[in-house]
Amino acid sequence: MQKNCYNNGRRDFIRKASFTAALYAIPSALVHAVPIDLITPGPAPKERIKLLINGKEIAAEVDIRITLLDFLREQLGYTGTKKGCGMGHCGACIIHINGKRMNSCQTLAIHNKSNSIVTIEGVAKGEDLHPMQEAFIKCDAMQCGYCTPGQIMSGIACIRDGRAGSREEIQRYMAGNICRCGAYQNIVDAISQVKASGKPV
Amino acid sequence: MKKELPPVNEGPRADALDKVTGKATYAAEHRVPNLAYGVFVCSTIAKGTIQSIDESVALKSEGVIDIISHKNCPSIPGYATQLPDGTRNPKQWWGMKVLHDNQVRFYGQPIALIVAETIEQANAASLLLKVSYQKETFETDFNLIRKDLSKAKPPSTYTRGNATNLEQAAVKVEGEFNIPIEVHSPMEPQATIAVWESEDKLTVYDKTQGPKATQGALARLFNIPDKNVRVIVNYVGGAFGNALRNWHNVPAACIAAKKINRPVKVVLTRPQMFNLTGYRPQSWQQLKIGADQSGKFVGIVHHAISNTSRYEEFREGIVNASRFLYACDYVETNYRILPLDVSTPTWMRGPGEATGCFALESSIDELSYTLNMDPVELRIKNFAEKNPESKLPWSSNYLKECYDKGRELINWNNRAQKPGSLQENGWLVGYGMANGVFGAGRSQASVRAILNADGNLVLQSAVSDMGPGTTTAMTKIAAENLVMPLNKISFKLGDSELPPGPTQGGSTTTSTLGTAVYLACETLKKSLCTLAVEYAPAFKNMEASTLLVQNGGVSSTLNKELFISNADLLKLANKPFLEITQDSQGTSAMELKHATNSFSSHFVKVLVNPKTFKVKIAEVVTTADAGKIISENTARSQMLGGVVGGVGMALLEELKFDHQTGAITNASFAGYQVPLHPDIPKTTVWFVNKPDPIINPIGAKGLGEIAFIGLAAAIANAVYNATGKRVKDLPITPEKIRAIKN
Repeated sequence: MQKNCYNNGRRDFIRKASFTAALYAIPSALVHAVPIDLITPGPAPKERIKLLINGKEIAAEVDIRITLLDFLREQLGYTGTKKGCGMGHCGACIIHINGKRMNSCQTLAIHNKSNSIVTIEGVAKGEDLHPMQEAFIKCDAMQCGYCTPGQIMSGIACIRDGRAGSREEIQRYMAGNICRCGAYQNIVDAISQVKASGKPV
Repeated sequence: MKKELPPVNEGPRADALDKVTGKATYAAEHRVPNLAYGVFVCSTIAKGTIQSIDESVALKSEGVIDIISHKNCPSIPGYATQLPDGTRNPKQWWGMKVLHDNQVRFYGQPIALIVAETIEQANAASLLLKVSYQKETFETDFNLIRKDLSKAKPPSTYTRGNATNLEQAAVKVEGEFNIPIEVHSPMEPQATIAVWESEDKLTVYDKTQGPKATQGALARLFNIPDKNVRVIVNYVGGAFGNALRNWHNVPAACIAAKKINRPVKVVLTRPQMFNLTGYRPQSWQQLKIGADQSGKFVGIVHHAISNTSRYEEFREGIVNASRFLYACDYVETNYRILPLDVSTPTWMRGPGEATGCFALESSIDELSYTLNMDPVELRIKNFAEKNPESKLPWSSNYLKECYDKGRELINWNNRAQKPGSLQENGWLVGYGMANGVFGAGRSQASVRAILNADGNLVLQSAVSDMGPGTTTAMTKIAAENLVMPLNKISFKLGDSELPPGPTQGGSTTTSTLGTAVYLACETLKKSLCTLAVEYAPAFKNMEASTLLVQNGGVSSTLNKELFISNADLLKLANKPFLEITQDSQGTSAMELKHATNSFSSHFVKVLVNPKTFKVKIAEVVTTADAGKIISENTARSQMLGGVVGGVGMALLEELKFDHQTGAITNASFAGYQVPLHPDIPKTTVWFVNKPDPIINPIGAKGLGEIAFIGLAAAIANAVYNATGKRVKDLPITPEKIRAIKN
């Protein structure tokens, strides 16, 4: 008889859900080492979550396995946050969770109940750009633009966390934000300029 | 006091606002109703046959709609090798036909596509597929296999001059150079959303450098007219060559969407990006160069081997620059490709030349020490007054100005000719330089210009912009031509239904598309002048040739008082808008009777720790002769990006294989190292910025490749100057420096 892996109560499902979710973070080569019989198909539970995104209350039913990043992009259509690797290596998906920067591919949506999330779509005040967005435009701190939202979210956090004291300090703080086009110098220029301007971030 | 370009000396990048607000929409981000998700399951052997695929468990997994493999792949017209009448199918898909047969050609090859309602469901089901294989022996170890030349394809060779020149040269150096596989790794993964609007009408949102090329490829694949395929690509999140052709995600998404009769999205994972979207091939090079006592080159012999896949032949111009960058009577080149059981390489920024110039420019540097000559002086000594291969005069070549400015800006005077003789704060200091060169081509393009009643101008062409700032450059060309404010001009791209534009690659977009924009503006001006004579009473009976279009209206060269705005003119002519479509034909060097090339010269200062041999790049000055610089803002950014790429090639990037299994062992940004913020030094960019008088009416050559070509050699040369140790195997790691005895 086939046993549904999700029907043994809450604790069991969290254990197994975490196991299943963890599988996504494992490189595919390793995944093939997991005996197939460990996993049996069955409906994945859904959970209702409520959270604040850019100040707006969002309630949704989510697959327990969905990352916050995929929840934002695929379920809600907040595509300003980018998916570059899904492994926490590249920083394209950096957002602010309760004011702290975080790779949104490294947290599940269900782990963000009641959290306050700010994405690139939420940093400007209406038509008024955030000083970091303005500085990125002024310094041409982008080429293809794909890493740009993550760089901006990280750059804002860099100043907020008091880590923009020098170019070297900024470079170290920003080391988790890969830019393959190579706009690094202009990005550091932009962050330095915002820091020097003293504008609130 | 150093002078450098100000960070911004013009309006911002045209699409900057969209990019900083998250509004820029990349391929995977289009909202399509009723979308299903496709996820590849990839082979876990390097070569052999799929014996069985058991999808029975996976199919039962929640949300799974279909599992497509060679077992149930629908018949695709472009997959057929032959037509029904037995003749060769001329519309065959270019490259591996994914999901088509049971052959495994490389480790990680897609063998099935799981299609499900969500990514999570597709990923979960992908773990449930049971596959068995019949394995075959395979070859992935380039360094081992290349020693048996019988396994390589026949060489392409070139010889000019007399070999005895080199044999009798007063000074000679010879070296072997190894460059591992490097992978483009743009930040945006390859993505395709396929939507069948009807049985034979397809809309595709795809990451591509060529919307028209992708349209044509898909029309051939499904044997439908080009006009039935619409390709949309508003933004491209970097590509560097990896979106010049359509990889497995493109046909797979289209096939799946057709099979399940629903839109399907296929996005490659980051590990798949290291294996399924091409790469710069691994290469071995041998370079011999000789000079007379004065430093004049008397012979260059450049041999190279690079890998290809077993199922496709990929060649690039590795040995080409050795034939023409410097004056030299005797040159011999020999280039072979070596098939391995790996996926197919493709053009990556500075294709061929970046590889070749590492060997050439490192060897010239080595020769300069043998001659005890300044390496810049040695290059000046061997400056080619015309192209020594084609014997054609250069359309323009301002390398010498690059040398002067580069030396000035990096403080070349501080360099010590004797390696290892300078120190700063306990670190060894070294200065190095090297050149880059790339062909400056121009092909066919078409641009539509629409002047609206409100006086705004819209330009359109079916191209895509992977990041250099094509939109910005094109609006700037039009603004200059029409003497019109930038904010009244927009450039629409990214849709195959627009007039056909070129594929963005080979540093040709500005030259090709810019010429079409220029010509479209010229035609527009003529039309406006004709309209003025016809409809504006003040201009009645005047010669159209005496009229001038500027500042948003028509004026007369004879009577400065006369002016009519374009908006008023269109109103008088009773036209809601004025639209023209302009073709621009390409040209070849032979037609121009000139050799057309862009040149760059890179200057690098490095610090090397004398105990650990850690290399820190202290400063870079990068100079270029790319003709007229259309947009200094975006051009400067492109040069900065070239330096970052060069740092990666020189010090970090290397794709690694496990030759026991044929698998890639570092297919992630944690394993495959790319330059990060702290790796990048202060960089100064300088352009000659003189228009090329031959190549096109706008005077611009190309920039994307030369920004990168030569940088790895400049860094290696600086490391030698600092340490007296010349690393010829990239990337330059502390271990490799330490291993060299001097």
